[in-house]
Amino acid sequence: MAAIQGGMAEAVEIKDIKTEPPVDAVVNNNANDGSVLSASPGPGGSVGSTKPATGALEEKQTLLAILQFLKKNQLSESVDILRREAGLPQDLFDLKGADASSGSGGTPGTVEGGGLDANSLLSRVTSSSAAQAPVKAPPAEDQPDVSVVLSAYSQQGDPALYEVYYSGLKKFIETVLDCHRAELSQVFYPLFVHMYLELVYNNHENVAKAFFEKFSGDQECYYREDLQVLSGLTKKEHMRGNETLLDFRTSKFVLRISRDSYQLLKRHLQERQNNQIWNIIQEHLYIDIFDGMPRSKSQIDAMSGSLAGEGKREANKAKVYYGLLKEPEIELPLDDEDEEAENEEGKPKKKKPKKDSTGSKSKKQDPNAPSQTRIPLPELKDSDKLDKIMYMKEATKRIRLGRDNLPSICFYSFLNAYQGLTAVDFTDDSSLIAGGFADSSVRVWSVTPKKLRKVKSAADLNLIDKESDDVLERIMDEKTASESKLLYGHSGPVYGISFSPDRNYLLSSSEDGTVRLWSLQTFTCLVGYKGHNYPVWDTQFSPHGYYFVSGGHDRVARLWVTDHHQPLRMFAGHLADITCTRFHPNSNYVATGSSDRTIRLWDVLNGNCVRIFTGHKGPIHALSFSPNGKFLASGATDGRVLLWDIGHGLMIGELKGHTDTIYSLKFSRDGEILASGSMDNTVRLWDAMKAFDDLETDDFTATTGHIHLQDNSQELLLGCYTTKSSPVLHLHFTRRNLLLAAGGYNP
Amino acid sequence: MAEREERRFAEVSRESIKLMAESAGVELSDDVAGSSHFMRHAKRRKLTVEDFNRALRWSNVEAICGYGSQDALPFRSVKEGELFFTEEREVNLVELALATNIPKGCAETMVRVSVSYLDGKGNVEPQGTVPSAVQSLSEDLLKYYQQITRAILGDDPHLMKVALLDLQSNSKIAALLPYFVYVISGVKSVSHDLEQLNRLLHMVKSLVQNPYLYLGSYVRSLVSSVMYCILEPLAASINPLNDHWTLRDYAALLLSHILWTHGDLVSGLYHQILLSLQKVLSDPVRPLCSHYGAVVGLHALGWKAVERVLFPHLPAYWANLQAVLDDYSVSNAQVKADGHKVYGAILVAVERLLKMKALSLSQPAADAGPGAHSGSAAGVLGYRVSSPGLSPPPEPLSEAALGIASHLQTGGAGCPWEDWTPVPLPAMYCELYSFFGDSLAMRFSTGPGFGGDPAQPGDARKDPPGPASNHDTARKMPQLTANLNISPRQDGSPRTDPPPPSLAATGCGSQRQAGLSRDVFPKARFTSPQAGPLVFSFLIGGRQMGRSCRGRRPFQTTFALTPAPAAVPPRAYAHKLPVIGRVGKPVRRWAPSHYSLHLPL
Repeated sequence: MAAIQGGMAEAVEIKDIKTEPPVDAVVNNNANDGSVLSASPGPGGSVGSTKPATGALEEKQTLLAILQFLKKNQLSESVDILRREAGLPQDLFDLKGADASSGSGGTPGTVEGGGLDANSLLSRVTSSSAAQAPVKAPPAEDQPDVSVVLSAYSQQGDPALYEVYYSGLKKFIETVLDCHRAELSQVFYPLFVHMYLELVYNNHENVAKAFFEKFSGDQECYYREDLQVLSGLTKKEHMRGNETLLDFRTSKFVLRISRDSYQLLKRHLQERQNNQIWNIIQEHLYIDIFDGMPRSKSQIDAMSGSLAGEGKREANKAKVYYGLLKEPEIELPLDDEDEEAENEEGKPKKKKPKKDSTGSKSKKQDPNAPSQTRIPLPELKDSDKLDKIMYMKEATKRIRLGRDNLPSICFYSFLNAYQGLTAVDFTDDSSLIAGGFADSSVRVWSVTPKKLRKVKSAADLNLIDKESDDVLERIMDEKTASESKLLYGHSGPVYGISFSPDRNYLLSSSEDGTVRLWSLQTFTCLVGYKGHNYPVWDTQFSPHGYYFVSGGHDRVARLWVTDHHQPLRMFAGHLADITCTRFHPNSNYVATGSSDRTIRLWDVLNGNCVRIFTGHKGPIHALSFSPNGKFLASGATDGRVLLWDIGHGLMIGELKGHTDTIYSLKFSRDGEILASGSMDNTVRLWDAMKAFDDLETDDFTATTGHIHLQDNSQELLLGCYTTKSSPVLHLHFTRRNLLLAAGGYNP
Repeated sequence: MAEREERRFAEVSRESIKLMAESAGVELSDDVAGSSHFMRHAKRRKLTVEDFNRALRWSNVEAICGYGSQDALPFRSVKEGELFFTEEREVNLVELALATNIPKGCAETMVRVSVSYLDGKGNVEPQGTVPSAVQSLSEDLLKYYQQITRAILGDDPHLMKVALLDLQSNSKIAALLPYFVYVISGVKSVSHDLEQLNRLLHMVKSLVQNPYLYLGSYVRSLVSSVMYCILEPLAASINPLNDHWTLRDYAALLLSHILWTHGDLVSGLYHQILLSLQKVLSDPVRPLCSHYGAVVGLHALGWKAVERVLFPHLPAYWANLQAVLDDYSVSNAQVKADGHKVYGAILVAVERLLKMKALSLSQPAADAGPGAHSGSAAGVLGYRVSSPGLSPPPEPLSEAALGIASHLQTGGAGCPWEDWTPVPLPAMYCELYSFFGDSLAMRFSTGPGFGGDPAQPGDARKDPPGPASNHDTARKMPQLTANLNISPRQDGSPRTDPPPPSLAATGCGSQRQAGLSRDVFPKARFTSPQAGPLVFSFLIGGRQMGRSCRGRRPFQTTFALTPAPAAVPPRAYAHKLPVIGRVGKPVRRWAPSHYSLHLPL
């Protein structure tokens, strides 16, 4: 952004620009870490000082604006003072410096930075005292006050000219070379929105309406929902407290544009003296400039669509340890084939090292795997070890899936679910199924002949012989045996449920703002985790237990551990509701999908956002990591499944076919098949191997990182299976790779 | 003082109101967006009031949309004010509180698993098995089912009557429908027992009449059971003492009823029925009782069906029948008696055909309204006007507007009557006359005087081959049109066209009426001065519509217990059965036939 902030002035010197990308990187990393940026005023100031001539022009405008404002408010004394002082070159210089710093201070996309920025902007225009002593900028630095944020819009310009400006730019972009046109067209939408908001903010209601009507049709169709919200805003007062608007305002819209295209744009604006647009680009847009070929329209479309533009490249630069943790050594019964004993999630990746012997696998460390102790994980209990052995036994009987060997599918229908089935989960060993309902209840069923039993009451427990071998059997109350158990406790629809890996607990998240932990021994609620004050849309246990993540309407994902009533980490950054949350198989990362149409990957260790994936055109309702931890699949209301390479932070595939919201995604145990279940009553199977293999032949490590996605959905689609009018809410591969699907029967 | 009193309310300027409305609009659009989140997370496609209320609540606005209701709220508009509002019905709490039919047996939520795709290929089980998977019967329903089947197939006539009545009006037996249909399909195993067959048919009737039941594809199964009774050479018919004829008549009546009320549930059903009837009729190997069934079946389906299938087929069939009738050997006596039955049935059918045809020819001019469509206008129009009972319920499929005639014409490829062209009435009459001679003529040539009219059909029925009384007039075709005002009278009681309400009458009242009808019949003719065809048809049509509208009323909202009231005087159709049944039958057999129709209810 430093490239932009210098204004049109610096276009004269191209070498200046060339020095900037490194600065860019620093700034962005800082911004991502959530810390308030401090470095940028330096370069900004220096840029400003090197071009006093052109800077003065801008200053004059600002001064004029202040004068206008003062006059309007009949602060005649101040006007006089200002007028008198404005003649002094010393003061002018000061002012300019302040302006430059405000311009650069606004560059980070964070709220805090925005606050600082907005404050100085505010001072520039609205506060007369600050105008006189702008260098001593306001004290309240990081208070994201709405009015402050909004006031950035208060620059005055001739409202009638907005249309001229916009259509002038439109004409220009339409006439540029084809290769640049697609890139530059990205500017339209954010420009349009900000110009409209400026008009509204400055009370030019009718002009704003005309502007909206004239140009809203030009915008990409996937912005339609946002535009609808915008169209309702016609008064300055409406803007207060409007969340969508705040999102737009507080976060810079990120565009990726090649250097050539960017310079084309800059030159044009400079020639036309198009200050209005230039100001907006400076203050509200983040232009991520890259060297190389301009991107094509399809490449751009694949990545755009989120609420705040694309993810910055810098945001996806951090190293992610996507490898899997080593499995603990477990003494296996002699008759088992150790080679087949893979780790818990059934990852094929480790297969080769394991082939030789169990002893050697500890020596090989996946370079991409986090260290075993990167985050503390719970000790394995005896029962966990037993379960692992069971898992390994099962794994030996696993069916190898592939293009020619598709899984069988069992559908679990929830019958008579008049309450409204909202969430489903299976245990890893497929022995239990749980359903969350809109009537606040949670039900657990046993899908094996083994019935569900409660532990006996305390008094009865005292009576049993604790030394006996079958004590675990004796503590169960045979009288309570039943096929299903009903758990009451929530006071709103249950939107997310998750079994703990050891099958002792069940988590449920609800509209009532709580996450509840249920014991599957006593079938009672153990803890209500209160932290989200708004509906909690999703929750999930870590694959290693103990940790769990939740996310909801408050836009914050929280990391909890079962024995603390307060969250350990809060992952903030999404601009809208967090709609789904998933743990990475190595428990070191958490992925969240949001209605701001982005996916973020968070580091559990330090709470940083390490990946931002954009490309979906609707709220994301399904996420799934591949068993080897390398890839992520996401599904959204737009009916598309996108595949992401976590290590490189790139989109690597698009699977089109579903016609309605995708609610569930699951990789087969070996990661060969991806199953997707949707509201359109179908389960689709995709050839995940092929999707990933095709890609690896590409050279996507190129610096631009723009891959060209081929449209091969039809090739990758292995099968489409319809249900009997039941939306598919959940998918699960058993340990032997039988696909289980679940949903409510909606006749 | 006065001034102060006047201004008891704050005056809000137009401008303020506008502003308020605008900002309310902004908030609303916010909440709408919010409510869609709740919908999506509840994994639904339909936005409910509850979703919206939740969105309101979370944005700190009082929920104002009232309680969520399962039913859609009816929107109404006031034209003058361009105002839309939801209509709130008054709920009679007393009725609710004291309601005796509380819906019960709300099945428990459960999980059922089915292997849907094996190795990603194909379905293991057929798609159509959902009901059995969904409905696992509650204890109560199971008991009900046992009681009902036991009562209907049992010995106690009173119990059976109660059971049938309940079957007709019970709103909670949807889950049992497949089981009942299965029971009914057991007709094939009791073909030796007329009584049981009859009872099963009554069961069909009750099910069909139950307004709370959606028969769906079970119609096909029911129809096939009924067809079995109509067409099969039942084991019971071996014994000449068994009156299987009435059973066939009754089944035919039932068939037409099912078709007119539920025919829209299965596409092409009418077509298929016609085909199978035709197949039986053209099969000389089949016994005469089967042929008889085919004829009465066609007859019950309406004169159009007769014209399409029976009439073209008559010359071929006639030869066979003639042979039977002309054989006076003793060994042939029984067969000959059967032959006479068939003969009588055919006669009744074609007479009606002629009559309706004549009527239809005269009507189109009067009724140009629905005749917007082209095609064989006369036939179609005539049929629409004159035989309301023929027209399927107004709302069914797309062809409904064109009626059945055109449905047939456009219907499936390769059907034998596809290239069928309507035979002009005179030609038809001539041909029929060549078969039936004067026995046919009597129906028409009554002349201007009505006097002889009622009596003559009676004679004819008793003695079809009987002497011609005034065959001179019969051959004067022009008179047919001239006497048209008579035909309505004759048709005022559509004896051959069974309107669905006939079955709507409770129990077996219709059959009981049948007994009386022989006495009442002539009188009724005269005492129905209003029996204009149009009036009458309208009456039936209206009732039909009413019935079918009610047919699928969800039982939650309706507490009406009475099935379709019998608005049409029973006499209008009551004599129908005996008419067919009696033709050519020795008098002594009347009584049993008559009484067998009197199901002991």
